[in-house]
Amino acid sequence: MKNKLETIPFKDTPEQKAQLEQIIQDYKDVPGALVQVLKKAQEVYGYLPLEVQITVAEGLGISLEEVYGVVTFYSFFSINPKGQYEISVCLGTACYVKGAGDVINKISDVLGIKDGGCTPDGKFSLRACRCIGACGLAPVLTINDDVYGRLTTDETVKVLQKYMA
Amino acid sequence: MYRAHVLVCGGTGCTSSGSAKIITAFESELEQANLGNEVKVIRTGCFGLCAEGPIVIVYPEGCFYSRVQPEDVAEIVAEHLVKGRPVKRLLYKETVVDETTIKSLNHTGFYEKQHRVALKNCGVIDPENIEEYIAYDGYQALAKCLTEYTPEQVIQIIKDSGLRGRGGAGFPTGLKWSFAAANKADQKYVCCNADEGDPGAFMDRSILEGDPHALLEAMAIAGYAIGATKGYVYIRAEYPIAVKRLEIAIAQAKEYGLMGKNILSSGFDFDLEIRLGAGAFVCGEETALMTSIEGKRGEPRPRPPFPAVKGLFQKPTVLNNVETYANIAQIILNGPEWFTAMGTEKSKGTKVFALGGKINNTGLVEVPMGTTLREVVEDIGGGIPNGKKFKAAQTGGPSGGCIPAHLIDTPIDYDNLLAIGSMMGSGGLIVMDEDNCMVDIAKFFLEFTVEESCGKCTPCRIGTKRLYEMLEKITKGEGTLEDLDKMEALCYYIKENSLCGLGQTAPNPVLSTLRYFRDEYVAHVVDKKCPAGVCKDLLQYSIIEDKCKGCTACARKCPVGAISGSVKNPHVIDTAKCIKCGACIETCKFDAIIRK
Repeated sequence: MKNKLETIPFKDTPEQKAQLEQIIQDYKDVPGALVQVLKKAQEVYGYLPLEVQITVAEGLGISLEEVYGVVTFYSFFSINPKGQYEISVCLGTACYVKGAGDVINKISDVLGIKDGGCTPDGKFSLRACRCIGACGLAPVLTINDDVYGRLTTDETVKVLQKYMA
Repeated sequence: MYRAHVLVCGGTGCTSSGSAKIITAFESELEQANLGNEVKVIRTGCFGLCAEGPIVIVYPEGCFYSRVQPEDVAEIVAEHLVKGRPVKRLLYKETVVDETTIKSLNHTGFYEKQHRVALKNCGVIDPENIEEYIAYDGYQALAKCLTEYTPEQVIQIIKDSGLRGRGGAGFPTGLKWSFAAANKADQKYVCCNADEGDPGAFMDRSILEGDPHALLEAMAIAGYAIGATKGYVYIRAEYPIAVKRLEIAIAQAKEYGLMGKNILSSGFDFDLEIRLGAGAFVCGEETALMTSIEGKRGEPRPRPPFPAVKGLFQKPTVLNNVETYANIAQIILNGPEWFTAMGTEKSKGTKVFALGGKINNTGLVEVPMGTTLREVVEDIGGGIPNGKKFKAAQTGGPSGGCIPAHLIDTPIDYDNLLAIGSMMGSGGLIVMDEDNCMVDIAKFFLEFTVEESCGKCTPCRIGTKRLYEMLEKITKGEGTLEDLDKMEALCYYIKENSLCGLGQTAPNPVLSTLRYFRDEYVAHVVDKKCPAGVCKDLLQYSIIEDKCKGCTACARKCPVGAISGSVKNPHVIDTAKCIKCGACIETCKFDAIIRK
């Protein structure tokens, strides 16, 4: 179950709106296409706020409950906005036994946000993810496409400071 | 013809530690040295020894360079590739015998006891080039099936080999195929579970990244055996490299006429599609996976009807995982006797493990079934770092259990693991040392299952939540001995009443830690202590008087003013005020503060 953690107001551009309409048109008559539509919608907006879910539900002629049910079922979909820098801390078992729990707690403390949250300025978002397969580097975190491994809490703070400047 | 080959690992582990930059560096250095036509750089799949990544192997010598950095590349090119002198300081130290001798990688501790079947081509061939796969006997097994064997014969070979599913429960693969083959239908499907959800297991991804054609070939063979013309690979969207290589492989196979209509002019048609999973652990359960391919919430369905009767889109379906398929072509080529010669009485062949946690050689290892845990941990894994003691190994991920030190000589196979309260699962093998709290580990897995429970059936949805809450209570020091009994009873209730494999196995981490580490639970509830020093609420911070110099650094750092004392005199911590944040320990330069 995902909790909505942030209250950053939803904004969209006419281009995003048009793209979403197009996606819905493309898949309107394809049975079982909801997951695909949501994936593409998330590519357009970066996340799936309620406003987007409503548009998808109305566009595909299915209930909002069904859309919300699928969105909250799969961890790939996010109902919270992502920051400019998306921090993912691996909480796979290998990373966990090597102290990934301390790493994520430290980031929470430093940034003042919880797992799934985004800082009010939209700069950082934080999420726990499951095994990214870099177990040799445990514990690992990624910030956008950059990977940082063999972390301690001190080093985690140093990594964050690079992005805070 | 090239006179030398430089193999750079392009698996996810090495890519994470920067192997892409190394490939670029090699290409530009070789260009500058005018060796572009003499030395070929190849991006391969995983070599297995992820802890030593990024890894580069130079052939024909077979020099194994570990932890290579982009700035080292110029030296390797100038010294090794131009002058023929291996760069000793970068060689993996296990391969260096003395000043003048280097031994083969296959004779190092990490590789010696391994036997690579499923990982045969990983780290050997270029996964994006079908011709390299074909050169290593690729698609010969498919050709043999289509031209020499009837579908019944193919199934009989797989049955005779004793191959069991490598994804979890270990169901005999040949039997599964025969059920689907026996059902008549206008359409049947072959599916592959590449939705590796066990946190800490990455063998399936490594096979997809290192040897994608092995999967394609095996799925086509399965299609021929059961009479299916269409297949789906359900793969995690979080595996971008694997998805890309699979797409390339499918396109190449079609181009070569090894997939699509009338394969090898045999009249057999087979086509494959990729479906991206969107991240749900329960979708590793076969019926949930099929529901998800159909575009819905991936919730499991009651069985029967089994997928062999009514699976994907209500049609007979065979579903196997990646590692299972990776064995198929070789069983066909080498014969079932070759396969049954490996392993134990009821578990034939080999198993790939993702070795991780508190172990020196983190990585991917493949060993014959029946290899003992001790051999895997001590000989292959190189033991525990920092001279710590082995406490337990966890297998089977959130569905498995912890194997304690006194059972370290257990030969690993399906039945032995079940008997000691764990399971094979997909092959994650996480090693823990004395600094890991077993109650905390159980809580970690339950937190995972609570989040991943799909919610369809009550025992799993509510049961796992209650179980998690009890564990939380214990780690906070609020548990009672009665809670332990209640917890155990609840575990059995969840196991017996849940709809699918997720719920039926979710209590295993709790049951196995209760069975082997009950004293640790008791320490939490009776003594209100966490012996491993992990559970924050049970820790007490104190200052060792003799070591404290009275520098005041900790008192200034403490966010709640819990530390008092005068300059140059030992300080004290007021445990009532202390919030156990650990800031003082990090600050103290004299190791005067302890936590226990």
